[in-house]
Amino acid sequence: MAEEKHILTMLVDNKPGVLSRVVGLFSGRGFNIDSLCVAETMDPLVSRITIVTKSSLAEMEQIEKQLNKLINVIKLRTVSGPRSVQREMALIYVIAKNGQRSEVLRIVDIFRGKVIDVGPEHFIIEVTGNDEKLNAIINLLKPMGIKKLAKTGTLALFR
Amino acid sequence: MKTNKEDKILTGAQILMEILKSEGVDTIFGYPGGAVIDIYDELGRTDIRHILVRHEQGAVHAADGYSRASGRVGVCLVTSGPGATNTVTGIASAYMDSIPVVVLTGQVPTHLIGNDAFQEVDIVGITRSCTKHNYLVTKVEDLADTLKEAFYLARSGRPGPVLVDLPKDIIKAKTAYKAPAEVNLRSYKPTYNPNLRQLQKIIGLIAESERPVIFAGGGVILSKGSKELTEFARKALIPVTTSLMGLGSFPASDPLWLGMIGMHGTYRANMSVGDCDLLIAIGVRFDDRVTGKTDSFAKNAKIIHIDIDPTSIRKNIPVSVPVVGDCRISLEHLNRMFDEATIGDLTQKRENWLNMINKWKDKKPLFYEQKDIIKPQYVIDTLFKLTKGEAIVTTEVGQNQMWTAQYYHFDKPGHFITSGGLGCMGFGLPAAIGAQVACPDKLVVDVAGDGSIQMNIQEMATAVQYCLPIKIIILNNGYLGMVRQWQELFYCKRYSCTAMECSPDFVKLAEAYGALGLRAAKPEEVIPVLTEGLSSNKTVIMEFLVEKEENVYPMVPAEAPITEMLLV
Repeated sequence: MAEEKHILTMLVDNKPGVLSRVVGLFSGRGFNIDSLCVAETMDPLVSRITIVTKSSLAEMEQIEKQLNKLINVIKLRTVSGPRSVQREMALIYVIAKNGQRSEVLRIVDIFRGKVIDVGPEHFIIEVTGNDEKLNAIINLLKPMGIKKLAKTGTLALFR
Repeated sequence: MKTNKEDKILTGAQILMEILKSEGVDTIFGYPGGAVIDIYDELGRTDIRHILVRHEQGAVHAADGYSRASGRVGVCLVTSGPGATNTVTGIASAYMDSIPVVVLTGQVPTHLIGNDAFQEVDIVGITRSCTKHNYLVTKVEDLADTLKEAFYLARSGRPGPVLVDLPKDIIKAKTAYKAPAEVNLRSYKPTYNPNLRQLQKIIGLIAESERPVIFAGGGVILSKGSKELTEFARKALIPVTTSLMGLGSFPASDPLWLGMIGMHGTYRANMSVGDCDLLIAIGVRFDDRVTGKTDSFAKNAKIIHIDIDPTSIRKNIPVSVPVVGDCRISLEHLNRMFDEATIGDLTQKRENWLNMINKWKDKKPLFYEQKDIIKPQYVIDTLFKLTKGEAIVTTEVGQNQMWTAQYYHFDKPGHFITSGGLGCMGFGLPAAIGAQVACPDKLVVDVAGDGSIQMNIQEMATAVQYCLPIKIIILNNGYLGMVRQWQELFYCKRYSCTAMECSPDFVKLAEAYGALGLRAAKPEEVIPVLTEGLSSNKTVIMEFLVEKEENVYPMVPAEAPITEMLLV
């Protein structure tokens, strides 16, 4: 069956071990996690976990049911469609030697990124967007040499 | 935390006793150790009965057997480290079979957690995937609520084992105790009441169906819905098969009974499901041992699936009418709706179908022939006749379990106690101990093989210590019989490592434990040995030297359609 990307967002009890239950469910049942974000919400007793997974529709139904079955999962939704917004942030350590520095800065500018660290031969760039945008800038910077890359994974909310 | 004047100041151990009493716990299965010595000190001052097992795995199986025989939550108490890790197999078995058990484990004091202290393990981490839920209590103020929640989770919804890890300092600490309020978890609301519109569809489908079959499972027994199931099947004139876990949910003496389904199901049950046009599955989860090859399973049928756990539905098998709800409540509604629908007499409509099933029954009944060597089936058959089907029967796992399922015909729920999902050898003896403790006036029999009985044989001492008159039947064939059967059928008789070349003299072993030991070596000794053993008021081992290479038939090879059976 065809696998598709799905974004799951869930409110969970902010207690020790809860993340482990969620992640353990994925590994134990052979589901995959493409990215994972977790942090406290406005209510300190509740955390939000956002998971991106690739799965078939039948598998997705099981993932949702199994997550809902966890005692610490309060609310679970899959995020998709125009009523949702999705963002991811990347920190890109790009090599920028003489002759390439202005080209790098131009690309950063086009993507409305920010330079957050400068060295004689590198920049660290902060850029935010959906995963297509991040992939686009990463592909453009690749020829200059990306030494390190850190991404947050997708965050998503309904409008 | 505010303290009121009327609140009592209690230690953690005393709070535990308060909660156990308020939950109606009168029996605990356990094994003491350093981390739980304060709990044991307190336990000794209460009326709660403690059964000292000989291995912690036995404590969980016994609590499991106790729960299945009594319908109550089983409780066990063990120490930290090895005490806790020894419970894992028992917990996993209870989890697979949805049995409500609360496992209390000791833990090193909170300030030592994570330091690799003596007898420390992360049992909460270890059991996360085989408990319904588990807790590490880190504040004595949380203890009462956590314990109350543990009992609530264990028995509500789809039941299951819940583990509470209790650090030693929490047990000794004091706090003001007030009886906890009713549990209310915003993230856990089991769906007991089914969608009535979905149920109404079922009535419509039954009225249209030419060849319906009911397939019931452990969920019917757990929801105490056997009476409702029986009423429904008889009223709608629908033949019934069950999974291994469902045996006893429908009377095996009823003409509508098909026998068990699946890998070692009866010919008529498997053929009926293969041929039916409507399959009403209630409280089952379509285990691979039931379905065989899923693509061919009930391929001509619309499938209705009623279960309290939404994850069971459409996990393995596509379903036409899913119903999330309690089995008993759903069946009550179905009975009422069926009456209101005035469908009338279905005798004529079902005639061809029931005739067909009878033909299957006559063509390939369960079969064995007793000649010069004792047939294991004959032992179970005779046991059934001598006990008139009234005994609580536990089993180990393997051929002994399948022959019991086939030849002991259960009319009532709570009488067949077996490790179905996990298939855990060593289950039967401790489970029989639990069942006998729960039902002191019932005859409790453990059917074992010579292999599996040795996995928890140490519990003989427990049975003798508490004067539990359980009857252990060892079908001794000198092999790990089920694996040998697979080797014979699918591995060209290469009996790699399945011969039990050395076993103890079980009769002398029984005597060494202070039990009664009996042996039957010839067919004519079977009835006398069973008669003497069953009428004894002691713990008894009855050893039967049975045909060494007897197979369980029918057998569906793994991943084959269940209608393609190997027969005798």
